[in-house]
Amino acid sequence: MLLFIALPIASVVVQSLFVQHEQVMIEVENCGPFKCETVIQADPDATAALRESAPLGKYNALKTYTNRNHLAFDELGDIWSTSETFFGFVGGVYNLPFYKALFFTLTYTFLVAPSVLILGLFIALGVNRLPELVKGPTIFASLLPMIVTPLIGSLILFWMVDADGIIGATLQLIFNNPDLSLKASAPLTWIMLIIYGIWHSTPFAFVVFYAGLQTVPSDTLEAAQIDGASRWQRVRFVIVPYMMPLAIFILLMQLMDGLRVFEPIVGFSASAKATSLSWIIFNDLFGNAKLYGSAAATSMLTIIFVCIILTPVLIRTWRDFNRKGI
Amino acid sequence: MTSSSKNNAPLLTWFATSMVVLWLLIAIGPFIWTVWGSFKVEGDFFSKADWRNAIYGVMTIVETGGSYTGNGYYGAWIEEEFWFNVFNTTVVVFFTVTISLTMGTLGGYALARSGFRYAFWLLILALIFRAMPHITLVSGYLLPFFEWNVWGKLSTTIVVLVAINQPFTLWMLHSFFLNIPKDMDESAMVDGCTRFQAFRHVIIPVMWPGVITTGLFSFLLAYNDFAITSMLLSSENQTMVPRIASFLGSVREQGNVMFAVAAVVSAIVPLFFLVLFFQRQIVSGLTAGAVKG
Repeated sequence: MLLFIALPIASVVVQSLFVQHEQVMIEVENCGPFKCETVIQADPDATAALRESAPLGKYNALKTYTNRNHLAFDELGDIWSTSETFFGFVGGVYNLPFYKALFFTLTYTFLVAPSVLILGLFIALGVNRLPELVKGPTIFASLLPMIVTPLIGSLILFWMVDADGIIGATLQLIFNNPDLSLKASAPLTWIMLIIYGIWHSTPFAFVVFYAGLQTVPSDTLEAAQIDGASRWQRVRFVIVPYMMPLAIFILLMQLMDGLRVFEPIVGFSASAKATSLSWIIFNDLFGNAKLYGSAAATSMLTIIFVCIILTPVLIRTWRDFNRKGI
Repeated sequence: MTSSSKNNAPLLTWFATSMVVLWLLIAIGPFIWTVWGSFKVEGDFFSKADWRNAIYGVMTIVETGGSYTGNGYYGAWIEEEFWFNVFNTTVVVFFTVTISLTMGTLGGYALARSGFRYAFWLLILALIFRAMPHITLVSGYLLPFFEWNVWGKLSTTIVVLVAINQPFTLWMLHSFFLNIPKDMDESAMVDGCTRFQAFRHVIIPVMWPGVITTGLFSFLLAYNDFAITSMLLSSENQTMVPRIASFLGSVREQGNVMFAVAAVVSAIVPLFFLVLFFQRQIVSGLTAGAVKG
């Protein structure tokens, strides 16, 4: 097992230090009927042989990390010195692929996670009031968006919001604008992806909260009722604090899932308007030109990024665990 | 919660119920819509003129004579040979679940009985693997696999899926075995069983609930995976999900979106039955992490 965890990461680190070979150039003398001239042209055989002998490519140290497609320090400096306003700076940074993806990933994560928490809690409270008979089917129906393959779920929604699909056509009717297309504008694509994210993840929050609601001690609730707490106050001061550990657990899961958002972008064919870190890696690896170095560098940056975000959580788990152990 | 609180606030009950109904519509509506639409022709599924066409199938009647058509399914399964991808998925999922459960039960049992507190480290490993985008790991696997000439094979994908799944499986089963009292296998061993016989005759009969829950999640991981299968499988060996993604590229131009719709519906059906039969296990598995972790 260690083999499969340590090796790929080590392999990523090594790969990230290399770039693809350039074409091998040779000088050829082209002799025409009148004169001979020397041209430099690519030698495909030698290139292939070189790639064969050293598939990693040539050593590039940390340059891949700092080039335009990744951290882009030079470009950042340029933009910083040329743009006058802060917003100009942000706009310039947004055009760099890595920061664009990072920006979308963060926006997605930090919008989806809280909405999922709140929505999940309210649905759980609502379902809890239903009569026993319909609870089972309700939970069944609620589970579907989460269980279904993310790519397939996003495709289903994608077809519905298509300009000819039911939601897309209805929106055109409502806004009285036959050219309205959710796919064409960047903000609408973002909103669509975020709504998909909420749709996909709410069931998880709902199920966890619902299970938690079953364990809320009724004594405390009754005590609060006797003390004159209104229904809202009972939710606010008894149920919500009781649910806090669960909320943190859900938040953690949502952070993880948000940071690796990838399938919806493929499903919604939204890569022109919104890219995520995972999508950049996928794009580098996909197709014929396999940019291992570039993909590996993005992978490393993603891993570092995930570690930074997760560290507080891990420290907290460590502390909880020790407390429980003693 | 209490029966008294149900009766004295009709407004709130009404509000809560309508919210749940609205949620249900949002949650399951798209699926019903797509399943229904998959039996129509494209002109109905994307009916810009009148959305009711999709329900009654006006264009379907015009084009095929009946108000339902299996053309999408025929096209996807027979013409585009989707059945082969379904077969591949079955192979990958079956072996991933079997291998990871076998290793998970034996390993989880051993770790749970060894006395040392492995739980924390397993949990951390499982968490890290949960947090890491799978594609970052794939980018590490890809080049060595090309070099060793094992890229594109189903068996390679199975090994990778098992590896990615293993920390989670181990952790789930480990905490499950911790809940089985130690006395049980100890008393069996006092009666003269060896360690393995104790496992075989005492633990195996009582471990099924935990194994089924864990197996479900392994199944979902293997079945739903897109990043790994699409990168590691050659196009002849694709499983369902990457195949559907590649439909999108080729099918849209041919004007046969319905093939993709039919394929998508075919891929949902097993999941639908899975939730139908194993709802309780899925819920308990989802919440186990919250309560224990």
